[in-house]
Amino acid sequence: MVNIPSSIDDTVPAAEVEDVELYHPHSWWTTYVFSQDAKVIAIQYSMTALAIGLVALVLSWLMRLQLGFPGYFTFIDAERYYQFITMHGMIMVIYLLTALFLGGFGNYLIPLMLGARDMVFPYANMLSYWLYLLAVLVLVAGFFVPGGPTGAGWTLYPPQAVLSGTPGGQDWGIILMLTSLILFIIGFTMGGLNYVVTVLQGRARGMTLMRMPLTIWGIFTATVMALLAFPALFVASVMMLFDRLLGTSFFMPAIVEMGEQLQHGGGSPILFQHLFWFFGHPEVYIVALPAFGIVSDLISTHARKNIFGYRMMVWAIVIIGALSFIVWAHHMYVSGMNPNFGFFFATTTLIIAVPTAIKVYNWVLTLWRGDIHLTLPMLFALGFIVTFVNGGLTGLFLGNVVVDVPLSDTMFVVAHFHMVMGVAPIMVIFGAIYHWYPKITGRMLNEIMGRIHFWVTFLGAYLIFFPMHYLGLLGAPRRYYELGESAVNPPSAHDLNVFITLMALTVGAAQMLFLFNLIWSLRNGKEAGGNPWRATTLEWQTPTTPPPHGNWGKELPVVYRWAYDYSVPGAPEDFIPQNQPNSNRLSMENAS
Amino acid sequence: MHESAKTTPSTSLPRPSGLSGFASDWASDQRTFKNVSWGKAMMWIFLLSDTFVFGCFLLAYMTARMSTTVPWPNPSEVFALHIGGQDVPLILIAIMTFVLISSSGTMAMAVNYGYRRDRRKTAILMLLTALFGATFVGMQAFEWTKLIMEGVRPWENPFGAAQFGSTFFMITGFHGTHVTIGVIFLIIIARKVWRGDFDTEKRGFFTSRKGNYEIVEITGLYWHFVDLVWVFIFAFFYLW
Repeated sequence: MVNIPSSIDDTVPAAEVEDVELYHPHSWWTTYVFSQDAKVIAIQYSMTALAIGLVALVLSWLMRLQLGFPGYFTFIDAERYYQFITMHGMIMVIYLLTALFLGGFGNYLIPLMLGARDMVFPYANMLSYWLYLLAVLVLVAGFFVPGGPTGAGWTLYPPQAVLSGTPGGQDWGIILMLTSLILFIIGFTMGGLNYVVTVLQGRARGMTLMRMPLTIWGIFTATVMALLAFPALFVASVMMLFDRLLGTSFFMPAIVEMGEQLQHGGGSPILFQHLFWFFGHPEVYIVALPAFGIVSDLISTHARKNIFGYRMMVWAIVIIGALSFIVWAHHMYVSGMNPNFGFFFATTTLIIAVPTAIKVYNWVLTLWRGDIHLTLPMLFALGFIVTFVNGGLTGLFLGNVVVDVPLSDTMFVVAHFHMVMGVAPIMVIFGAIYHWYPKITGRMLNEIMGRIHFWVTFLGAYLIFFPMHYLGLLGAPRRYYELGESAVNPPSAHDLNVFITLMALTVGAAQMLFLFNLIWSLRNGKEAGGNPWRATTLEWQTPTTPPPHGNWGKELPVVYRWAYDYSVPGAPEDFIPQNQPNSNRLSMENAS
Repeated sequence: MHESAKTTPSTSLPRPSGLSGFASDWASDQRTFKNVSWGKAMMWIFLLSDTFVFGCFLLAYMTARMSTTVPWPNPSEVFALHIGGQDVPLILIAIMTFVLISSSGTMAMAVNYGYRRDRRKTAILMLLTALFGATFVGMQAFEWTKLIMEGVRPWENPFGAAQFGSTFFMITGFHGTHVTIGVIFLIIIARKVWRGDFDTEKRGFFTSRKGNYEIVEITGLYWHFVDLVWVFIFAFFYLW
């Protein structure tokens, strides 16, 4: 007889809202293109994000070619180099990571994991995607206009962003960039409201907040943060657009350019930095929190063990989210702001290490004595933990004012943020794709290609970014088109640059293998069945795979337990799905 | 479809008391905010997000005003109207504020009549609200015209710091856009109320969801928010 702890209560409250009526598509167009189904929207978001991410990947190749072999590739001139840097950064942070985690995974997983039929406002959800696509197209248009895209760096600091010396500053580049950002934010708000309201108000019977998988907690908290942080970027973009188009002076001080006094005067460039980083720092966690959540679920599922300290994990996510709004000026230690601010922001920054460390310990403790299956999602999850710890440790250096000042604007910074918010979240994205691809398509991704992809990406990322820390400590500045023969660039350092470039090309090539795998497995992958990982969460319990429009068929699922009932002693299997009632009571009810 | 709850109170766990009871109520299944519909929850969260937009605009304005090296124009002089041979400071803004706050009153009444399913009065009061809103925007257009005639531009003005014109046009323009959108929505919803869409539960054109009088209240939430924002703009821009 199954013996399940008595604290699990089988009584489930009655449904509070009647079942939603979904919009039923009538044609091919409304089913697959202008679809209101969150799953289709999720796939549209993901494909667009991956496509634009591929552009950013190629840009990083071009930058590395210039740094590794300066002078060989004559089509990469200084202006283009800065344009590549800018577009690479902006695309990766906003149009790839944010869109993929929230628009992609958020749309796919929130309704399924919560036992809902769809997002609460499917129509607004659809608009969200189309505005995102429009934003991407406006961004890409930058490559085709006179003067090319903006080369201001992804932070777009004024005054240089709108001056003629910067690529795109007095041409179309900066205008298109700011317009694209504004469109993205409007589109994201439509989607974000959907995600938040669905989590708060659209859950299944029995799905309490404290029974939600951590994936949902991560995505939910990140979305709330995005709804509060993106306004600052929105305002900054609008104001800079006015500075550029109308000649206002929000961010423009009195300035002499090419011997000519400009019309601007009296504006505050630091104001832009404050607005930008009030968005920019939460943005780091908007990307990281969904990754934290997803990786918790991957580790628990593939180590066949409940997550260690679920409650602590939830609170850590929420506390990290809240703290991330009061640390923004640690990006501005060298900006010329009041030095006393630095003390406050260094303190808050280092405090964030506490909840973050709790999360890392809990992941490790979840693994401890677990039945670890080294599946592809697990490999990527392990890769994430190691990479995140590495990137986090260099964050301690940069969070302290006195250490940050000499390291500012060196390759050390580049290496730090690529480890912590580039490679680490990307690892989770890969792990998550390997994990949920069977649910989305009904087929497994190819294992051999996956393993090659993992090892090349994981080792390659370290080979790229570890030497970069060293270059930074040598003093090699970032965002320099070429270093030439200088004290910070001895021949040995240059050899390192060649090495990094070769590694970057290799890692990039491995991503092509991954994309090929995505397409190849669509037809040739192993049949997955409904629940190949033997996971507990609701998305694996759908009646059919891939889930149909409306997800659940006639009956909505009812939730009886938390998401982490793995290897429960006495249970017949090593996992108990969230919608499985206590079998004692079930048999009693059947008997009566 | 929904079998009645398998609730057997004797076997369910005791509800925690005090703070943890409060937390478990919030965390309870299906809905965090009981008796709050999806639409209303969405509007509240949107307004929270929009608060941050206006907050950033106003903070940017305050930063500009405090850090500029050129003196800021005196609002009581710039915004004065010449009436009956003398300058009356802030008279137009006082009237605009009065109109907008009155519109909040008519909106609140419309919500009340909506829930009483009094179609006629709801629609009339909503249209009256829209009329007040349109009057507000009209007076704002008048104020803009007057300032533009006096030479105020986003990039310069004859009274002092250039940021005066830029922040003024940006913030009042952004708020005026909000009012205009509100007016458009009020008219659309008033038409639906008038036709009786919410009595027959007619389905929405885009969403194919059933109509319901609650939309009047949701529109009202937006309208009161726009009104509240104006109070802050009024205080920080005109009274400072």
